[in-house]
Amino acid sequence: MNLILVAVIALGAIGLIAAVVLYLASKKFAVFEDPRIAQVAEVLPQANCGGCGYPGCSGFAGACVKAADAGSLEGKLCPVGGAPVMEKVAAILGLEAVASEPKLAVVRCNGSCENRPRIVQYDGAISCRVAHATSGGETLCSFGCLGCGDCVKACKFDAIKMNPETGLPEVDAEKCTACGACAKACPRGIIEIRPKGRVVKGEARRVWVGCVNKDKGAIAAKACAVSCIGCGKCQKVCKKEAITIENNLAYIDPAKCIACGLCFNECPKHAIHASFAVPVPRPKVVKPAEEPAAPKAAAKPVAAASEGVSAEPVQKSASKEVPAAEKQQQQ
Amino acid sequence: MKTFRIGGVHPAENKLSAGKPIVTAELPKVAVFPLSQHIGAPAVACVAKGDEVKVGTKIADAGGFVSAPIFSSVSGKVAKIDTVIDASGYRKPAIFINVVGDEWEESIDRSDTLVKECDLEPKAIVEKIKNAGVVGMGGACFPTHVKLTPPPTAKPECVIVNAVECEPYLTADHQLMLEHPDEILVGVTLVMKAVNVNKGYIGIENNKPDAIKLMTEKAAQYPNIEVVPLKVKYPQGGEKQLIDAVIGRQVPAPPALPVSVGAILQNVGTMYAIYQAVQKNKPLFERVVTVTGKSLANPTNFMARMGTPMSQLIDACGGLPEDTGKVIGGGPMMGKALMNTEVPICKGSSGVLIMNQKESKRAEIDPCIRCAKCVSVCPMGLEPYLLATCSSLADWERDEKEDITSCIECGSCQFTCPSHRPLLDMIRLGKSTVMGIIRARNAKK
Amino acid sequence: MANKLIVSLSPHVHSGDSVQKNMYGVIIALIPALLVSLFVFGLGAAIVTITSIAACVLFEWAITKYILNREKCTITDGSAILTGLLLAFNLPSNLPLWIIIIGALVAIGVGKMTFGGLGCNPFNPALVGRIFLLISFPVQMTTWPTPGQLTSYTDAETMATPLSIMSRAIKDGNAEILNELPDSLSLFLGQSAGSLGEVSALALLLGFAWLLYKRIITWHIPVSILVTVFVLSGLMHWTNPAFASPEYHLLTGGLMLGAIFMATDYVTSPMSHTGQLVYGISIGVLTVIIRAFGAYPEGMSFAIFIMNAFVPLINNYFKPKRFGEVAK
Repeated sequence: MNLILVAVIALGAIGLIAAVVLYLASKKFAVFEDPRIAQVAEVLPQANCGGCGYPGCSGFAGACVKAADAGSLEGKLCPVGGAPVMEKVAAILGLEAVASEPKLAVVRCNGSCENRPRIVQYDGAISCRVAHATSGGETLCSFGCLGCGDCVKACKFDAIKMNPETGLPEVDAEKCTACGACAKACPRGIIEIRPKGRVVKGEARRVWVGCVNKDKGAIAAKACAVSCIGCGKCQKVCKKEAITIENNLAYIDPAKCIACGLCFNECPKHAIHASFAVPVPRPKVVKPAEEPAAPKAAAKPVAAASEGVSAEPVQKSASKEVPAAEKQQQQ
Repeated sequence: MKTFRIGGVHPAENKLSAGKPIVTAELPKVAVFPLSQHIGAPAVACVAKGDEVKVGTKIADAGGFVSAPIFSSVSGKVAKIDTVIDASGYRKPAIFINVVGDEWEESIDRSDTLVKECDLEPKAIVEKIKNAGVVGMGGACFPTHVKLTPPPTAKPECVIVNAVECEPYLTADHQLMLEHPDEILVGVTLVMKAVNVNKGYIGIENNKPDAIKLMTEKAAQYPNIEVVPLKVKYPQGGEKQLIDAVIGRQVPAPPALPVSVGAILQNVGTMYAIYQAVQKNKPLFERVVTVTGKSLANPTNFMARMGTPMSQLIDACGGLPEDTGKVIGGGPMMGKALMNTEVPICKGSSGVLIMNQKESKRAEIDPCIRCAKCVSVCPMGLEPYLLATCSSLADWERDEKEDITSCIECGSCQFTCPSHRPLLDMIRLGKSTVMGIIRARNAKK
Repeated sequence: MANKLIVSLSPHVHSGDSVQKNMYGVIIALIPALLVSLFVFGLGAAIVTITSIAACVLFEWAITKYILNREKCTITDGSAILTGLLLAFNLPSNLPLWIIIIGALVAIGVGKMTFGGLGCNPFNPALVGRIFLLISFPVQMTTWPTPGQLTSYTDAETMATPLSIMSRAIKDGNAEILNELPDSLSLFLGQSAGSLGEVSALALLLGFAWLLYKRIITWHIPVSILVTVFVLSGLMHWTNPAFASPEYHLLTGGLMLGAIFMATDYVTSPMSHTGQLVYGISIGVLTVIIRAFGAYPEGMSFAIFIMNAFVPLINNYFKPKRFGEVAK
């Protein structure tokens, strides 16, 4: 009996002392953290993808609280959660959410095996970054996709896949959260995070240049059948001044682009892509516009080829995009 | 016999062109001069389209201190300044010259007489080397005048000449020693004078007994120059390994330089170029190139003008064989596989190696069996298997902690790996990433 | 040109070494010991060896194909054959077939494939199999047939091994029991009872010479184990004569087999030479301790097994000497 009593008292005393020490320590060494940070972190997706530009979701939550104290949440966006999450964050912080457009990753290379002949064979470690350091790649285009799939490995949402036929990555618009991991992983900067675009009839409309080749027109044309040669025709036809040409490469500013599709139809090399079925202009309009383009496009054989099938590929590449658009409509 | 202390491998030597005299290559029709033929800032073109140039005319100025000017190796007219795919596999700016005749600048001494005496001041020698565009001819192409201008805190004690040529197949340096021993030795005395030391070593592997014998005989006529025969082991030609082998000192990890242990290292080809530049006023515009390969009809050592397309030299050796798999600029251990044969000969082109399809293909990759062979052959005492694994997992911090930046990219690990793993591919990736991280961190400070 | 040029980073040549060459090299090194065991144990040795190898290869094939669903089967690389052979070398020659098959299943299935196959296992698969059998079937695993019964298998007469004699001497504290030991020359040549592979030190040393000649292993692990055991058991013999003399410790039991073939397994041994020495010395110390004070007469397999678990730690702390770190 006595033994039990001693044990109970001894253990009780140890427990009491430990409790006091712990209590004092927690008071003494307490670190103050804004309770709002935890609240904000709770509504974030906790994917810790870093797509917002901060180290993980808690880092982003801290940054949001700081920005809210400064007065505005502008520039802060969780690409995974999108607008709904940002609204919740704003509500917690007593602010209005800054509306931001939904975005997605866009692969700006169409150098499939067919379009871009392979001239050498790469035989090293399967990594784009290693291949990039080895040589200009398997083709004459030293800007285009290397096809080793670093972007696929980087994607945490299973939204980007290699198409074995073309050897190019394809983005699943539904799964893509625009976190930007693939864009960072690509050693050649081929993947760009662009706004999904204006929604018309249930489909997001966007137009982009599917090429990043900065070589001069003649060299670019020789390397790939669908390379941008910097001819400037798209720039001339654009009514919104959305297209700039720098280093022999056209770029469509998504902020100015209204996705009218004029440039899509104008491009002699079919380097401009659209997410929707661009209405094909009546043949009368196309033909005169297309023919004088041929001699200007520097490399003769390729230009001739594109001339020969001028009307057809327009429809082809447009129709290729249709299933994706339909998918979105269903959604 | 001396050699370096840690690791090393013994690749099959395959010195097919050994003992073959140096043949002067024909002039090209169009010579192409890439503007970045050296480590450091690219040169800046100082000629324009249509300009007439002679052999030895400067066509591009140095783009900074760590840079070197480029001289025309041909006479003719500048056709254009455009881009060309160089050994890196990327398009780089280059000067194209249409060749007409073979007219040399008058200042160049074209006679064969040996000029031993030189009464220039050390600074004037370095200046002359700098203005002749001389860079390290072993392959790294580090501008020579930078090496000869050690930081004021360092005290050079000796000059070590790298005549090891540890790369399999290549024989350019070997043949140069057999044909121009005196010029090389005068070059050594010039460098010794330029950096004010009175000891010179020439390290030669003992698979070149004829060169060791000839150089030892000739070196007796020059004060304080010693020929050091070395045991054959790759990568003895790495500068740190060679210093260890010759004077038994190990250069500490970067940022230490060879001069931190008192050594100034130069390639034997560079010595020849220095002699030409200082005593003959001849800038660097030609070099010895070994064109070789088992399937090639007639492997040859050429004295080729810079800017000559490699295809021309290959044709002179009997043409590109049908089943060619790889064309390598340099040797098989550290050379670069080229995308085409039109790549021009540059200051660092020590060789062109043709490999057939079978030799070129890498074997299938097996899992790492942790045999530790990569660890025991690494000449820098690193753990290649670990570095490669960390790189593939993108664990750059661990890579840095494991001294990935000390890697000299000699390829011994991948050469020896029984599982055929692409160790060096991944280590290079890790090394360049870690270097980038370190640079960014230093820039922030 | 018909063929496309190939581009890749350097090096563009390879030594020609391969996993197969290393594995078959070790198998060749084991052949002298196999011949001795056939000569000593006859039919039993042949049955045990063949069953063990066949079962290991079969299990590896079945697991890669039906459980892991891998396309590439790894049985041709020789590692399963080697595991089977090493497992057989660790078994007595009168072991029933079904026990051998269970051992092979544990060795390949649990010891190797659960971790992902070749190169991923933390423990030597053959040792996993042997230790499993030793713990599960202690009677069958520790009755050893008397040498020279060439035509008998499970019906062979049995006798005590030198190690159990040594163990008894220590427990009783009676040095006279040691007189029952055969002389060391017969141990060296292989005339005593024991597992298949451990009977002849000479045959194992021949294999060691081959491995060194082919540069398959370095001297560090085996030599450090043997020297440690010799020195430590020598000290103990000197202080207490009930403990057998050091040459007996070197020549008996699985010490030679373990030091040369089991501890040096690539996958489960440290990477740096200093690490290998630390590993070898630790195995030596553990072996002597287990032999002297443990419940089992043999300590080699447990010692290697324990040190296998420490290999990642050793790899972390014992780095190769970096270039340029030499004190001036």
